[in-house]
Amino acid sequence: MTQALATLDRAAKKGVSAVQQYALISGRALSNLFRRPFYGADIITQADIIGVGSIPIVILTGFFTGGVLALQSASTLAQFGAAAVTGQLVALSMIKELGPVLTSLMVSGRNASGMASELGSMMVTEQIDAMRALGTDPLKKLVMPRITATIIMLFFLTIISDAIGIMGGAAVSVFLLGQDGSQYFHTAYQSLRYPDILQGLVKPLIFGLIIATIGCYYGMTTRGGTQGVGRSTTQAVVVSSVLIIASDFVISRFMIGIFGR
Amino acid sequence: MSLAAVAPELKQPSPGEPVVVFENVTIGFENKPVLNNISFTVKPGETRILLGPAGVGKSVLLKMADGLLRPDSGRIFVFGEEVSSMPEEDLFALRARIGIVFQEGALFDSLTVRDNVGYRLMQEHLPDEEIDRRVIEALRFVELEHTLDKLPSELSGGMRRRVAIARAIITKPDLILYDSPTGGLDPITSTTIIALVMKQRDVYRTSSLLVTHRLQDAFVLASHRFNREANAMEPLPEGHSDPQTSFLVLSEGRLVFDGSTHDLVHSDDPFLKEYLS
Repeated sequence: MTQALATLDRAAKKGVSAVQQYALISGRALSNLFRRPFYGADIITQADIIGVGSIPIVILTGFFTGGVLALQSASTLAQFGAAAVTGQLVALSMIKELGPVLTSLMVSGRNASGMASELGSMMVTEQIDAMRALGTDPLKKLVMPRITATIIMLFFLTIISDAIGIMGGAAVSVFLLGQDGSQYFHTAYQSLRYPDILQGLVKPLIFGLIIATIGCYYGMTTRGGTQGVGRSTTQAVVVSSVLIIASDFVISRFMIGIFGR
Repeated sequence: MSLAAVAPELKQPSPGEPVVVFENVTIGFENKPVLNNISFTVKPGETRILLGPAGVGKSVLLKMADGLLRPDSGRIFVFGEEVSSMPEEDLFALRARIGIVFQEGALFDSLTVRDNVGYRLMQEHLPDEEIDRRVIEALRFVELEHTLDKLPSELSGGMRRRVAIARAIITKPDLILYDSPTGGLDPITSTTIIALVMKQRDVYRTSSLLVTHRLQDAFVLASHRFNREANAMEPLPEGHSDPQTSFLVLSEGRLVFDGSTHDLVHSDDPFLKEYLS
């Protein structure tokens, strides 16, 4: 019993310490955004890797998600004689939920793992220590550009995903289900309100912060050689994905509470 | 903007004041003590060789001297500044005066040799021509000026270590920390590295703290000097050792020896006798 309590105590302390370290790394990295030297070139490089590099997977997932949404919903809506509002359903679903969440999950799988493995490899080979010894703050040089680039690029990737998803839904509705294209876009456009757009654009900002801070946190706390790098990479993807889905619920509830939709 | 322009002004130590001072330093990880109550000094121009079995905490001690790790208790002074309680921002300025060679070199694997060696100068936004000139000068010191555009993965282990030395000396630091610079290298390459350490000691009179578990390297350093004309090391007369080179020995987290080469080899301590045999 005493041993079990001691184990619980150790685990709790480890958990609290991890949260504390995560908050410290994220806080210090973000505060560095306003301190000199400013690593603008590193932000652009990361924006290219994270943003431009993720465009193909975002386009593919967006298109097929919109398509399958139209395919599945059209048959259900047809039972109520409401097949004409397929565009509305696809647009609202994509913009409010699926666009931000699926894009973030894709970017998380691709980039949270990339950040954790890259920074983790640098940790275990003492490159991070070497950087500090050479007078460069790794939180400023490595972490801050990744966080900034992820937040900015995820915002635009989500917009691309939303647009491509609606196009995918339109393609399925018109070419497979024989619906009228202008009706699809008309119902999609008419149903949208500013709170829907706002909800869909606030989410990627929060999700971007989660992806980058979690990826960098696991990278910067990697221990134990190549095995440790592998462990950090897996944990970064798992934790960021779970946090994205959990925070999506919280943000949705919050936004619905404010705007009533 | 150069680092010097934004860095707070550092206190200048008075002549003869120790470059490094460890005062009752203790550190542990995950409730396991690693170093216990360590005290020693490194004087200007002095080379202190830190010996001890693998895993005794030699690298930890070296990282504490550079402010990369903080002790649990005790105080560490470098150039008169207490690094054990300094904010990281101030440490960056202090580290401009310290060169460090990591155990495996710790070169940035995505940067070329030129960018690795000139990293600090690039961060200070010096003109490209000056960076190139100083990088070539540092690489010439380690006889690797032909590797300028190579990536670290294209170099042998010994060459990587020599590039790491070039990176450490490019700013002409007042203190160099060597973490097992010959670890994992063959005897011939080790001798090349030791000759470079000796050249830095005897030509530039730089204070240094060198960690090693290879006794032969330590004693070559103590018993040889660097001949500038011949550009090679040569043995000191029989029975002589370099007066600026002395030893520290760690065992089970404690400093068990702090003294000259002569005192070390004539010590009656059973552990030292066994360790040196």
